[in-house]
Amino acid sequence: MKVTLFATCLVDMFQGNVGKATVELLERLGCEIDFPESQVCCGQPAYNSGYVKEVKAAMKSMIDTFADAEYVVSPSGSCIAMFHEYPHIFKGDPVWESKAKNLAAKSYELTQFIVDVLKIEDVGARFKGKVTYHTSCHMTRLLGVKKAPMILLGNVKDLEFTELPSKEQCCGFGGTFSVKMAQISEQMVDEKVMHVEETSADYLIGADAGCLMNIGGRIDRKGKPIKVLHIAEVLNSR
Amino acid sequence: MPMKIGTNDFKKRVENGINDSFMRGAVAGAQERMGTRRQDAADELGNWEEWRNLGEEIRQHVLDNLDYYLEQLSENIAKRGGHVFFAQTAEEANDYIKDIVKKKNAKKIVKAKSMVTEEISLNSTLEQAGCTVVETDLGEYILQVDDHDPPSHIVVPALHKNKEQIRDVFTQKLGYQKTEKPEELAWHAREMLRKEYLTADIGITGCNFAVAETGSFALVTNEGNADLVTSLPKTQITVMGMERLVPTFEELEVLVSLLTRSAVGQKLTSYITVLTGPREELDVDGPEEFHLVIVDNGRSKILGTEFQPILQCIRCAACINVCPVYRHVGGHSYGSIYSGPVGAVLSPLLGGYDEYKELPYASTLCGACTEVCPVKIPLHQLLHKHRQVIVEKEGKAPISEKLAMKAFGLGAASPMLYKFGSKAAPAAMNPFTAGDKISNGPGPLKAWTEIREFPAPNKERFRDWFENREKGGGES
Repeated sequence: MKVTLFATCLVDMFQGNVGKATVELLERLGCEIDFPESQVCCGQPAYNSGYVKEVKAAMKSMIDTFADAEYVVSPSGSCIAMFHEYPHIFKGDPVWESKAKNLAAKSYELTQFIVDVLKIEDVGARFKGKVTYHTSCHMTRLLGVKKAPMILLGNVKDLEFTELPSKEQCCGFGGTFSVKMAQISEQMVDEKVMHVEETSADYLIGADAGCLMNIGGRIDRKGKPIKVLHIAEVLNSR
Repeated sequence: MPMKIGTNDFKKRVENGINDSFMRGAVAGAQERMGTRRQDAADELGNWEEWRNLGEEIRQHVLDNLDYYLEQLSENIAKRGGHVFFAQTAEEANDYIKDIVKKKNAKKIVKAKSMVTEEISLNSTLEQAGCTVVETDLGEYILQVDDHDPPSHIVVPALHKNKEQIRDVFTQKLGYQKTEKPEELAWHAREMLRKEYLTADIGITGCNFAVAETGSFALVTNEGNADLVTSLPKTQITVMGMERLVPTFEELEVLVSLLTRSAVGQKLTSYITVLTGPREELDVDGPEEFHLVIVDNGRSKILGTEFQPILQCIRCAACINVCPVYRHVGGHSYGSIYSGPVGAVLSPLLGGYDEYKELPYASTLCGACTEVCPVKIPLHQLLHKHRQVIVEKEGKAPISEKLAMKAFGLGAASPMLYKFGSKAAPAAMNPFTAGDKISNGPGPLKAWTEIREFPAPNKERFRDWFENREKGGGES
């Protein structure tokens, strides 16, 4: 199956490991990966801050970039949720609305793609360690993907899973919220870190680079011995 | 601005909220209790999503036909001998009520259950006119006794106080001499309030829902005080926000069920008081004179705009009970009697962007509020719309942010620019990088790195790795 990878700007610049793991994992599952190099960013930071006009050109560029793809897959629930928002943003636009719908219809978050499209629930991974999982808000609520990551993690050999208390509580990232409302964001991420510690897990897993950068950055700053991994990295472990 | 509370700016209010460890503990505890109970109450119905759809449909239908139902309601109230007054502004509403007070030569007023009278500052107006106004909802009563401390939650107005604090307030202001046991405190309030009902000249209530078909209004309470407020005084005034209508009792049943389950996880509430006009010949109790004041105060300006869905709100506070931001800053930080996500949407609409421009940004757009709303108001989307209005129409965004976003827009739209920028990033960030992280970043990174580490940009971007690999040069 031909899969066009949308790596996301955060993965491209800061979390190359996540991109590599995604490629290797999908290839192992029988996909052929294509990476159009004109891809940049889904536009979420500016869009969420209210700069809709400013970011439409970037969105159009993304729509064109993926126009010929059969499936667009990304290791980020929130960026895919943004793609799913495009048809509303271009609503009423005679040219771009249908193009946006086309992109939204074929765009999947990584675990969603594996479970819903490839129909694979066990990727044959092995990962030794006690892990807990943070559900990203945009992935679970806006994109509506709740079960897929749980199903896949549930089938990883040697993995000891422990539920994160208040797992659906936001980590305080929220794009520019993290810096615009830094005081409040700090309280939110601290509560998240506290819950992670309560699980005594060695690893915190997530499916969204933004949340992981936020929680991981705070864990690092506090010098906690918890490692933060993207779910692609866990599913790619053997 | 009457619905405004306090004089501090947003930053100071947030700081006060964050430093109030008691309040935060109380809020977190309440959110967990009410959140769990709400979930159980919703699960129990089994088809919660269908109920939500029905709730949304009813509210949208009413808003789309508001003129019709308001007319029907006022006709039916008039038929039963009640008086209806449409107040465009807070002043008009207050003046009308003040006139009744004067005509009746009223000295004491008892009140039950009303956010909208808070919104229009009715109490202070009546007090200036020489009346004693007594709040009879326990939470409101506590706040009133405590020198008019403002409410911090829509259904639990005194959430920010614990029982010891309430005991101290009662001791200082009411001569209370017993313990901080909730039963003893409540009993004391009850004894004090009983005397007030019996000697009041006028009863004033809010209105959860008015039923257009019958000209009735319904109050949902847990303390039974609304029954006394509406049956003992000779004159009864009900104040309602102009959108709080249902067509018939059938829809009332749906919305009351959604309200009580969403607010505190109850299947039903202890008291649902429904009244229709003044007392009739064979009635044993009820007011001799009934007035309904329908308050616009900015609501009709919201109708027909992209913000119309906020008028679907039934004031259950489910959004407040799940909001991760409210959890850490409390209700007073919102600077408005309407707090939490609903307040962040409503306050700028009713009170203006100058006063409330920060509120739409006090959200991560996590969507928890939208997920629980029993009438499906897309709260996080409305917060986003506010941001768009602030940036595009109001021009209130900081210039530095505008420039940064413009640059972002250009960079993200141009693969060439992005490639150049991202390639140069590791070198540009080098002076700030130690190992694989940045602990003290420049410019926009400063606020981030005050709290968290920021990752150093990878020397080899993912796209370079992929390209090399395609060419057969990279490791796999």
